[in-house]
Amino acid sequence: MLLARLTQANGAPGQENEVRDLIRAEVQAHAHVVKTDALGNLLAIKNPDAPGPKVMIAAHMDEVALMIVGIDNGYLKFRPIGGVDPRVLVAKTVVVGSKKVPGVIGAKPIHLQRPEERERAFTIQEMVIDIGAKSKDEAEKLVSLGEIAYFTTDYEELGPDKVKAKALDDRVGCALAIRLLQEEVSFPLIAAFTVQEEVGLRGAGVAAYQVEPDIAFVLEGTTASDVPGTDDHKQATALGMGPAITVMDRAVIPNPQLVQELLALAAEKGIKVQIRRSTAGGTDAGQIQLSKAGVKVAAISVPCRYIHSPAAVMCRDDFEGAYQLVKHYLARLEERVGLS
Amino acid sequence: MDVKQVLRTLSEAAGVSGYERELAQLIEASCPWADDVRTDKMGNVIMLKKGQGPEPRPKVMLAAHMDEIGLIVTKIEKGGFLRFSTIGGFDQRALLAQEVLVHGRNGTRSGVIGAKPPHIQAPGEQSKAVPMKDLFIDAGFSSAEEAEKFVRVGDLVTIKRPVTNLNGSYMSGKAFDDRAGVAAILECFKVLSTVAHQADVYGVATVQEEVGLRGAVTSTYGIIPDIGIAIDVGFGDSPGLPDTDTIKLSQGPGIAIGPHVHPKVYARMVQTAKEWNISYSLDPSPYPGGTDAYAIQVTRAGVATILLSIPLRYMHTAVETLDYQDIQRTGRLMAMFIAGLDQEFVEGLTCF
Amino acid sequence: MKAIIEQLTQAFGPSGYEGEVTSLITDLVKDYADELRTDVLGNLIAVKHGSQDGKKIMFAAHTDEIGIVITYIDDKGFLRFSPVGGVGVASLVGHRVRFASGAIGVIYQEEETEWKALTIDKLFIDIGASSKEEAEQKVHIGEFGVFHREFADLGTRLVSKAMDDRVGCAVLVEALRRMGQPKNTVFFVFTTQEEVGLRGARTAAFGLDPDLGIALDVTLTGDMPEARRMAVSLGKGAAVKVKDSSLIAHPKVKDLLVDLCEAKGIPYQMEVLERGGTDAGAIHLTKEGVPSGTISIPTRYVHSPSEMVDLGDVQACVNLVLAVTDADLSQII
Repeated sequence: MLLARLTQANGAPGQENEVRDLIRAEVQAHAHVVKTDALGNLLAIKNPDAPGPKVMIAAHMDEVALMIVGIDNGYLKFRPIGGVDPRVLVAKTVVVGSKKVPGVIGAKPIHLQRPEERERAFTIQEMVIDIGAKSKDEAEKLVSLGEIAYFTTDYEELGPDKVKAKALDDRVGCALAIRLLQEEVSFPLIAAFTVQEEVGLRGAGVAAYQVEPDIAFVLEGTTASDVPGTDDHKQATALGMGPAITVMDRAVIPNPQLVQELLALAAEKGIKVQIRRSTAGGTDAGQIQLSKAGVKVAAISVPCRYIHSPAAVMCRDDFEGAYQLVKHYLARLEERVGLS
Repeated sequence: MDVKQVLRTLSEAAGVSGYERELAQLIEASCPWADDVRTDKMGNVIMLKKGQGPEPRPKVMLAAHMDEIGLIVTKIEKGGFLRFSTIGGFDQRALLAQEVLVHGRNGTRSGVIGAKPPHIQAPGEQSKAVPMKDLFIDAGFSSAEEAEKFVRVGDLVTIKRPVTNLNGSYMSGKAFDDRAGVAAILECFKVLSTVAHQADVYGVATVQEEVGLRGAVTSTYGIIPDIGIAIDVGFGDSPGLPDTDTIKLSQGPGIAIGPHVHPKVYARMVQTAKEWNISYSLDPSPYPGGTDAYAIQVTRAGVATILLSIPLRYMHTAVETLDYQDIQRTGRLMAMFIAGLDQEFVEGLTCF
Repeated sequence: MKAIIEQLTQAFGPSGYEGEVTSLITDLVKDYADELRTDVLGNLIAVKHGSQDGKKIMFAAHTDEIGIVITYIDDKGFLRFSPVGGVGVASLVGHRVRFASGAIGVIYQEEETEWKALTIDKLFIDIGASSKEEAEQKVHIGEFGVFHREFADLGTRLVSKAMDDRVGCAVLVEALRRMGQPKNTVFFVFTTQEEVGLRGARTAAFGLDPDLGIALDVTLTGDMPEARRMAVSLGKGAAVKVKDSSLIAHPKVKDLLVDLCEAKGIPYQMEVLERGGTDAGAIHLTKEGVPSGTISIPTRYVHSPSEMVDLGDVQACVNLVLAVTDADLSQII
């Protein structure tokens, strides 16, 4: 199953190889041109020479992970690459580097802690990855500095409508883009699988510079906090309420006309959608909108609980809703282009 | 080229972000090995050393920033004391009692950054850092009127600190961040003049890195390199800093691994160092920002980049300290890396 | 000029939704510009072709103002919101907002929270609805709003919401209306989304490829009681910016502005802004670089609903803009 394979693949910012190879194999048959650039963005282009409008669908391949920055007596010291709350790390299992060495993130056992210590969160500096190496030399045979430790969460269905996996942000977007690339269209359609979104929206601007789209849709996994302990008005999005459409985040205020078109189309086709009720966070849409002389952009996200942690949860209907919404937009555009 | 002398000359010159012109002229004059030297609209100095062989030839850009952090006059107080703000990131604790040069209308004038003496401070004040807003510069003016004849709001102030030679090959001074990198580029050009190389090399002394990597943005746009090598300073080992966050002095440059480093360029750089016996350290960097590499990498359709860091202690103070042999190692490493480049290698950089 | 400033400041135009302001400016300048067009980001570009072998100058003033966006409507009809641009808690509590639909709301705080601990997520808006359904008749989630506060003429000083940067727009409108054919080709760009990251200016500059960039924006002053230290004051003329967070003015551009003021007897003051940015910050990093600077209108109470400017300073800025349009720029570029 595509989403399962995508989330199980490992790809940190700057080291997206495994994910890129998987996606390349999936899109090869559906694009006229498939290429990469100096940062490793993967561009799959359909109808490159057709007259416009040029539509770009973007999703990022990288996930947040941990980089090995030091070896201390056989234990691995690490730092997050991308935003990770240190509190989700303790007592998790990981797999490290090209040799896929298993490791565990340990910290002081509860028995040996003073009561007041248990109130305080562990800091990254206090944590280590234990791969069972007894010395620095032994560790260096297995792992190099700069290699990445990934979470080992398995893709799993939770009940009839929910899915648990790591890296739903943004493998859901990648899965959507792969499917949407298969639409029958006569205008140029480019699926851009970008790199390094998690460390500053790095790949998207470079991709947009090459593609020069007229319209761009960014497909993302976004925060859903419809859980106990969160006030209703701070949820951002809720599972089961459809894909979330961004009106504003830290990086972009999507083109209002495009947002209205999407909402109207959703209403017409009976697709449940929600407005993303938070302005926090940023997506590739920010970099794409400001490319060259400007691009019309919109961001559509699948709500995911526990984002940027080892195990995130999403609702399949929301995922399907996102697919349907963009598919209908492309079909509508094809009708208009076909007429002229 | 005497690297100690070059570093001293560059360090002692004034070139605060946005006001690098005099320094630029100095650097232009220090590079006899370039085929062409020009300054662009922002003030970046671009030194070109052409490669041999038919076109297309690989294009390599070396970038080190020439600007230093500095101070700017924000108000002239009663009594002729000058209030100031910073250009770039200063630790306010390193400013108290520092000697400075005020660059006024008609020349420079020495001054001291002062604050209340210990005798009249309240108990407990001494354990707190003096906040920047309580600091002022005393350049010996007797009144605001006298000061205003010489200086006005918006004028610049630099740290006054001649270079100190420490034991062995250690040196200390202000603005080694990143004049050391500029010296490394000059060293690289010197070595390149003795070896054959296909690549066209653009050595760029960039402007305004300290306020947002600004010169790197525009210079890269104009050059469109195949490979961008940023040379900056890295956190040198010193007491109180964990090993994982520092690079040891006297062991050559740190070669960064991270999202801002192209894997093939990284592999080739490490291989070059091993082949030519140039010592280096590995510098794992999960966060790609903080140097010109960050800006170069995302210019136009993207650039394959790498970051080399010259280990430096006490960064952003008047006594930045390094081993000048690390500058030579860095220059030589870049030259040998460049000498080994061919068109096939750079064309392969967009293949993932 | 007072009438133009009142019209512009009272218009509705939060970042991303500047249409009303752009329409208004179009009406004000359409008989004076050689060409008028808008781009993908909604920037309005008015062109005056130069008579001689001059250079391309881009002036930029932003049409957007800070505001809020509705993120939630509760069962009782109260709204929750997020800021658009740099809006502070102190500028919100007890003040009013207006939405595009025309609905007016009062902003207040959760009374249980201490003032010191107040953050925007502890505030809410009351639009006078008694239920969710009633509120949904008037507004919707994702709708943008701006401060609702009338313009006041205090004689030489004027007060309104959105002086930042409608007064800058007014300066450019006035300059455009007063100028004949300039020596240089001049683009008056009314930019969008400055308050959320200098966004419109970035794409506008890429499209125009100017030789020189000058932003017209507000700057702070230090002339109120116990004010933050700042050497700029109301009534002392146009402020020539040396530096802010987004830009170190190109020394030659800064010197040009000072020289023009000295030559034409335009009152001016030097400005260093510790925190804050303008469109010039985006313009100067376009392509291979654009020498840029900023002419600032000194303003008190910036980002509050009652921003105050001095008409003399505004006129000085207009005169300086006109002087630049005819200046010999061959030394700079």
